[in-house]
Amino acid sequence: MNSTWIYLLVMALVTYLVRMIPLVLVKEKIKNKFICSFLYYIPYAVLSVMTIPAIFYAVDNKISAFFGFLVAMIFAFFKKSLVTVASFACLAVFISEIIIHII
Amino acid sequence: MKENNSFLKGIIDGLPICFGYLSVAFAFGIFATGQGLTVLESVVMSMTNMISAGQLAAVPIIATGGGIVELALTQFIINLRYSLMSVSLSQKLGKSVRLLDRFIIAFENTDEIFAVASGQKGTVGKRYFYGLMITPFLGWSLGTLLGAVAGNILPQIVISSLGVAIYGMFIAIVVPVIKEEKATALCVILAIALSCVFYYLPILKGIPSGFVIIICSVIASAVFAYFAPVSEEVDYE
Repeated sequence: MNSTWIYLLVMALVTYLVRMIPLVLVKEKIKNKFICSFLYYIPYAVLSVMTIPAIFYAVDNKISAFFGFLVAMIFAFFKKSLVTVASFACLAVFISEIIIHII
Repeated sequence: MKENNSFLKGIIDGLPICFGYLSVAFAFGIFATGQGLTVLESVVMSMTNMISAGQLAAVPIIATGGGIVELALTQFIINLRYSLMSVSLSQKLGKSVRLLDRFIIAFENTDEIFAVASGQKGTVGKRYFYGLMITPFLGWSLGTLLGAVAGNILPQIVISSLGVAIYGMFIAIVVPVIKEEKATALCVILAIALSCVFYYLPILKGIPSGFVIIICSVIASAVFAYFAPVSEEVDYE
């Protein structure tokens, strides 16, 4: 067995258990203020850490990556849907990549 | 309390989620094969996880042969939020949902499905939930397959452009919230500052990507949970 499959197995197990155990076992709401607050902040912190600075290196050219980031920020600011924001960010990168190629 | 238990209504409510997943998974498929995973591995990962952030973080760890502990801890931290949603969802499920159904439903408690299920009036039955789960699962799996295959066919400029898709989605989740909530905004700024320190400071550069995500997000969240606890019941949407 290739080792990649062991990674995938561990990953699937952790992902599933984190979702399953509370759904099956917990019948009451969590009351502890620190835990509730921590769990509230975690997703936003995780997504931000994963996005910056990685987004600037996710594209061939840093300048077009920056434009993609800028467009995503603007569309997100106006509360556009996830798919809309992602699509326009890609489009911005695509257009600036073409312009850079021409120049 | 009224129980929503129409399979067909579940399917209909799931369709918009399905189309959203299809496009994001497409970008993920391109990313995964670009990093060196095979088409099969990419698709299996999507079918067994259903989490964009977790999968995006896992790919570099797997591609570089990182540690199993790093992978498991990263997935644990990134998935923590779902444990909270599962707690909330457990109160929303109707009488038709038996223990076995809970084991199955837990598998697909994603942000979007959670949001739709929570938004229903009354409790949610198992048939509604199964209807709701089906098309997003297919969209996520099929999108990954198409992206993984297309990654080898599409011109480089298109592949490069799609590289920002998942990050664009993350931005779309975070920005509307930090626009309204000052404490969350400051927490995000601290997390980003830490992330940049780890990325650019030469001494810290060798730390694996998974641990960087854990360290930065746990520190930022713990600091703000302590100094700026969220008041009242946490609202998930």
